[in-house]
Amino acid sequence: MRFESPTTTKAAATLLGSESGVAHVLAGGTDLLVRMKMGAIEPDLIVDIKRIESLRTLKVAAAGVQIGAAVPAVRLGESDKLRSLWPGVVEAANLIGSDQIQGRCTVVGNLCNASPAADSVPALIAAGAKALIVGPKGKRRVAVEKVVLGPGRTSLARDEFIEAVVLPARTGKSADAYLRFTPRTEMDIAVVSAAVNLTLSRGVVQSAKVVLGAVAPTAVIVPAAAKALIGTKLDDAALDKMVAACRAACNPIDDKRGTIEYRTKVAGVMARRAALSAYERAGGSK
Amino acid sequence: MPYETDFTNQGFTKVGTRVNRPDGVDKVTGRAKYGADANAAGQLVGRVLRSPHAHALITKIDTSKAEKLPGVKAVLTSKDFPDLTGGNRGLMDILENCMARGRALYDGHAVAAVAAIDADTADKALKLIKVTYKLLPHVTDVDEAMKPSAPIIHDWVRTAGVTPAPTAASNVAQRSEFGHGDVEAGFEQADVIIEKSFKTEQTHQGYIEPHACLATLGPDGSGELWVTTQGHFTFRNVCASLLGLDVAKLKVTSSEIGGGFGGKTHVWTEPVALQLSRKANRPVKLVMSRDEVFRATGPTSSTSVDVKIGAKRNGKITAATAELRYQSGAFPGMWAMFGAMTSFACYDLKNVKSVGFDVLVNRPKVAAYRAPSAPMAAFAVESVVDMLAAELGMDAVDFRIKNAAKKGTKASYGPVYGPIGIGPTLDAVKNHPHMKRKLGKNQGRGVACGFWFNFGGQTCTDLNIGVDGSVNLTVGTVDVGGSRASLALIAAEELGIDYDQVRVTIGDTNSLGHNDTTEGSRGTFSSGMATIFAARNAVEVLRQRAAATWDIPVEQVVWEAGEARAKGKQNNNLPPLSLKEIAAKSPRTGGPIAGHNEVVADGAGVSFASHMCDVEVDPETGATKILRYTVVQDAGKAIHPDYVEGQFQGGAVQGIGWALNEEYIYGDDGRLQNAGFLDYRIPVCSDLPFIDTQILEIPNPNHPYGVRGVGETSIVPPLAAIGNAVSNAVGVRMTHVPMSPPRILKAIEDGQA
Repeated sequence: MRFESPTTTKAAATLLGSESGVAHVLAGGTDLLVRMKMGAIEPDLIVDIKRIESLRTLKVAAAGVQIGAAVPAVRLGESDKLRSLWPGVVEAANLIGSDQIQGRCTVVGNLCNASPAADSVPALIAAGAKALIVGPKGKRRVAVEKVVLGPGRTSLARDEFIEAVVLPARTGKSADAYLRFTPRTEMDIAVVSAAVNLTLSRGVVQSAKVVLGAVAPTAVIVPAAAKALIGTKLDDAALDKMVAACRAACNPIDDKRGTIEYRTKVAGVMARRAALSAYERAGGSK
Repeated sequence: MPYETDFTNQGFTKVGTRVNRPDGVDKVTGRAKYGADANAAGQLVGRVLRSPHAHALITKIDTSKAEKLPGVKAVLTSKDFPDLTGGNRGLMDILENCMARGRALYDGHAVAAVAAIDADTADKALKLIKVTYKLLPHVTDVDEAMKPSAPIIHDWVRTAGVTPAPTAASNVAQRSEFGHGDVEAGFEQADVIIEKSFKTEQTHQGYIEPHACLATLGPDGSGELWVTTQGHFTFRNVCASLLGLDVAKLKVTSSEIGGGFGGKTHVWTEPVALQLSRKANRPVKLVMSRDEVFRATGPTSSTSVDVKIGAKRNGKITAATAELRYQSGAFPGMWAMFGAMTSFACYDLKNVKSVGFDVLVNRPKVAAYRAPSAPMAAFAVESVVDMLAAELGMDAVDFRIKNAAKKGTKASYGPVYGPIGIGPTLDAVKNHPHMKRKLGKNQGRGVACGFWFNFGGQTCTDLNIGVDGSVNLTVGTVDVGGSRASLALIAAEELGIDYDQVRVTIGDTNSLGHNDTTEGSRGTFSSGMATIFAARNAVEVLRQRAAATWDIPVEQVVWEAGEARAKGKQNNNLPPLSLKEIAAKSPRTGGPIAGHNEVVADGAGVSFASHMCDVEVDPETGATKILRYTVVQDAGKAIHPDYVEGQFQGGAVQGIGWALNEEYIYGDDGRLQNAGFLDYRIPVCSDLPFIDTQILEIPNPNHPYGVRGVGETSIVPPLAAIGNAVSNAVGVRMTHVPMSPPRILKAIEDGQA
């Protein structure tokens, strides 16, 4: 196995493109190293992207946020400004693993690991985040929901990797929230999760996005749930309608972490609570 | 010389204080050496190939490619383990569990092993071993395994404990029955009868340190084993028997232990490591992965239990019965028997009957887990006790007090109790501030009692006094929970010297006589007893040396406050001689001063506990939060209160994990789906409140200081205490452990329907 630590994105893309065997990108390594230790993968090449200066940058502004691929999740929580702009994205990223894991894990890694239960992915999608993808032929920008195709599968070409995710400009009275259900308080993996992003005007929801995690092979955007909230002050009828829409959108599996029945039910519970949290954060009051 | 073991109610100056543990600095600085921390020149890496199938014939194992791989020094299959058991089926079970003999009996069963120069080579070699399996039907559920249609795990098993002896093979290895009186007549007298069935899923001890050893065995038949174990003498005896070695030629040293809780009382890979070493003629280090620990060591039983209890309107229980079905994995066990023995041990019952069925399934061989089998029985019985109290309109604690066993009670499993602590723990619960806390919305409180036998067993201890007066106490019971601190306190108490003057070492198998395994909460009880006697033995020598120094009869010398004092008017001019002074002169007064004791420490006092617990359940997700948890337990005498409290807290925490989330999850294919700490959920710190404790001291009449074992009882009540609390919070009786969020949510919804 070769281990390379390039210092430019171009060099990294070249390394990935010229490897004929199995190549993996290493950022925090909190998923990759575990899979290697379990014997699930045996890479021929590992490209560590943490030495690429631009990937370690976190830019936070109302006009937009850029989270470099090598920025550990803990740094998101340390930014007061990011927490006030995108509290849901930050709380999602800060739920990954444990304190120790937080020092290494990254939201881009969380995205590329392509787990249906990834914590940061529903929040990023709800936020309208875009992934900046680099490859030998240059860069492209795609919506985060276009990156994950299924469990462990992404739309990235074998010589491509993500250098950052960007969050759009924040306007008006807006806020987001992310909630997941886990049997343990931490060091656990979502049985089901929900992210809600809202913009209000005089307490009325102007725009909304509702995304569920761990209820299908990929995170699920639920337009009907968003529609149920728009134009309301999150009255009970609107919330009930949103919950029903969320449950209807669920396509989960029975597995060791939860049943179809349980996931479907609790998806609605998480969505309702996340919506109320986002609403309150955006300045709405009930 | 035999010493008197009776309780004497002496005063203490050292015992009962909270001194620092001697192994603390080593453990927090990383200097302590655990199972995987030993290395030898030229050592190889051992690895085990395991069956991915729940039940399969092994029709062929082709190891030729693995043997040819450069760097591979030994490859083993069952052919390398000739049957030396002399017809002892129990030993054969151990051997067959260490390495499958023609049939894989569970997912994770070892089928081959390799030793190679490094881990990569060993892993490559495992992949080169070709095993041909012929799949057989399997069964993993205890109730399914009892059905006539179930696949038979072992065709030689006939149900023991049944007359006439059955002629057909069965998965029920043993039926055991306990009790007295006439339960039918008792139920006829009852005004209220509650009958309910319960299930508990399989849990693992969850020790953080995986099994690990360094084995060396030469062609001359002498060897050494460094291993993480609760009982190095037992490991030595078992390995010697399986491999045809002289017991005295195998030196086993116990490492520091990163948790055992019963799971390190049995050999798993150690005989394999020794045999690899013998074949390769090199030391072999074998460390299990977490996956292997879950799949191929000894979790506790999953169970299915029916309980029926009847009582009069006045709250007196008239009859109680239980049928307990415990799976023991792929080899016969006696776990249901323990369940049947412990199930009603807390109560004074006229008519009682409990029947246990030990059942074989295609799962790993069950091992002891902290008060093995008692928590599941207590879950069922204490749940029905709670329901019965509610039905009678009685306070659940008062109901238990009214029926609690006491001195003179004939226990449901046979013996008549001496002084015991069940009543006092219940009185303490009734008066505890915890019980006065106001419960909020979605909150519930539960109380439950628990019992464990405790064990004494064989112990052999040496105490050697250095010329500077420092004392080396060598014991043969592995320190799993702070026993070195307790034993040093005991030695210091007896000798009248400072705690810091005593150093406790766990001796290897060649430095002491046989010591039974640290199990049955016996470490401080039995080695404590042997330490008292070894110290008293040394005091006799100290008195003799002082008498010789003074040239007076030894009868005129007493040992008080760490010094020899000459008694009688004629000796008024003789200043006392301290231990240090006598030790300094020892080279000229007869040589080193030592004390020794070997004892079969009978009379381990039974132990009782009562727990109380407040929970809050989220009715929309079924998630349970433990708000407050209090343990009250009888310790007999707390030698070192910190470590007694630590045992109370540790048992409660393991019980909380078991009650709420921990479980082995098998797929329809008979494979374990959650062999790791991500999906086998032991609690993390933030899941838990501070576990409050209250130590009661009702002296054990069979120990000089009154000590009872304390390590195990604390895991017995939690399943039931939490079960009662959750049931009270949600208004539905919980009957299936773990009470995971999906199970609770479903129970709430079924209850509303």
